[in-house]
Amino acid sequence: MSVFPATAAAKAADRRAARTGGTGPASRNQRAAYLFIAPLGLGFALFYFWPMIQTFYFSFTEFGPFGGHTWIGGDNYARVVKDVTVWQALGNTLVYCGIGLTALPLALVVASLLNRRGLRAVPLYRALYFVPFVTLPVAVGLVWNWLYNGDFGLLNEVLGWFGVDRHYWVSDPSTAVFAIGAVMVWSTTGYYLIIFMAGIKGIPRDYYEAAELDGAGAVRRFFTITLPLLSPTIFFASVICMIQSLQVFDLIYIMMGEKNPAVGDTQSVVGLFYKWAFTENAQGAAAALAFLLMLLIAALTYLQFRLQRRWVHYG
Amino acid sequence: MGDTTATPATDPAVKKGELASDAGRARRPRFLPGSVATHLALGLGALVMVFPFCWQLLTALKSLAEVSRVPPTFLPDDWRWASFDEVFTALPFREMLTNSALNTLGRTAGQLVFCSLAAYAFARMRFRGRDALFGLFLSVLMVPSSLLVLPQYDIIQSLGLLNSAPALFLPGMFSAFGTFLLRQAFLALPRELEEAARIDGAGSFRVFWSVMLPLIRPALAALAVITAMAAWNDLLWPLIVNTDPEAMPISAGLTSLEGQYETNYPVMMAGSLIASLPMLLVYVFLQRHFVQSVAASGVKG
Repeated sequence: MSVFPATAAAKAADRRAARTGGTGPASRNQRAAYLFIAPLGLGFALFYFWPMIQTFYFSFTEFGPFGGHTWIGGDNYARVVKDVTVWQALGNTLVYCGIGLTALPLALVVASLLNRRGLRAVPLYRALYFVPFVTLPVAVGLVWNWLYNGDFGLLNEVLGWFGVDRHYWVSDPSTAVFAIGAVMVWSTTGYYLIIFMAGIKGIPRDYYEAAELDGAGAVRRFFTITLPLLSPTIFFASVICMIQSLQVFDLIYIMMGEKNPAVGDTQSVVGLFYKWAFTENAQGAAAALAFLLMLLIAALTYLQFRLQRRWVHYG
Repeated sequence: MGDTTATPATDPAVKKGELASDAGRARRPRFLPGSVATHLALGLGALVMVFPFCWQLLTALKSLAEVSRVPPTFLPDDWRWASFDEVFTALPFREMLTNSALNTLGRTAGQLVFCSLAAYAFARMRFRGRDALFGLFLSVLMVPSSLLVLPQYDIIQSLGLLNSAPALFLPGMFSAFGTFLLRQAFLALPRELEEAARIDGAGSFRVFWSVMLPLIRPALAALAVITAMAAWNDLLWPLIVNTDPEAMPISAGLTSLEGQYETNYPVMMAGSLIASLPMLLVYVFLQRHFVQSVAASGVKG
């Protein structure tokens, strides 16, 4: 399917220009178009298309001590599939993805609260909720590590008022994933909030007023108007959120020191890839791992597109 | 939701001369128990969002002895600003901030130039293979960045650029998202302007530069803001290409501080506050463009 609805006449002119090869004004125009695209095209070729091909090639090779790549067939893929740490990292990544997705309902609730008629200070709230998303992730990770600190952290102190025992949140394997996941949710909710607020703005106000006249309460209006009419936006946001959280790396790298006893229990797939590729010199296996991650993302995205037919309503 | 009896004609907000379409929003009932509850919930959420940064500042102002006291103190015993100086000696902090600035400027300038040129051709010109090329370019959007860093590292290495500023920003100067965003903006412009300029004898580049580009300024601003933020906050790529502390941007540099100064929380908090500040300032001044760029990327999925 063509992205551009071009007329038959225009297409004929294009063909004519291509045939005559460089004399008429139309072909001069063509040459100009290629010149406009060339800088980006060269950059893409060098830094994106060529690397795509290379990664695929690397995944079938072994990185030698003198810098060369030796072809070893599917051994890297066999190694990845047999490796316990891969399955652990995959499990952790899926948990992060599940936790990360809870940012969506949170953002949705805040967005519909902000949609309340006559509410003041909406831009202020929006700004405050968005601040964590703008902030340097390293700063976010460091301050949360400090809040979570088992000995001097504020979180333990506050929970202590309610009789909860002191806990080492990021070094206990049973809570570390959730501690990091909570920070993920905290820092992305504002982003989805803005996407949802923009979506809600597109819903005609009359619908809410009509529902109100019929006696529908706020909760009822949310489920019968906001949720169905916003479903295309929610779908888009859930796809983005899933793709992002399957590639989580920054926060884990920042919040987990190398000596942390929970390292293995919090490692994500990209974290493992980084370790293999840049600290253990297992480039081939790392490439195979990255390639399998891409296939997983593609498969889950496809699944979401299939499932959308059941719940997304396009007006 | 309480009182709905006020009609637009009697609504004081309308008399004050506000837009008629805003009249519905401006109509405020006199008694607001629901509204108070809404503000309470929203305020509590906002506090959760902002409090960690207040705590970061308060920690940065305490002494090392004070932060390791149990129970923690809320306000510092004496307000100690020395940590903000110490971070400059604990790390090559000045160089790191400069690297971050170069990375941000390089990527943003690159994307504005390369993406706007290509986007203009894709939106406004006819040429063979346009649809196929555009589809190919968009495929970059779908590939996770981690898949590409190994060969990208090899390219930067063979160009002899490891531990340099260009290593930080080179791949990030080219963006499929930026091209897509700007193409949408160019598509929305009317044909007549372009034709008028052509009749006046302007060439393709002239039409692009002096007529069309100024018209998509809001989209350019939105792209600049979102690119700058991504560049300033990027971590994985800098960790790979620039391992020399003097060549690291601040995002990667702070993580090395964490390794060395594992327990010096005041200095770490001071460092991360300074490092977050530029983007927060950009955000405060260009908030409209942040919101616009996020909203633009999200609504028409």
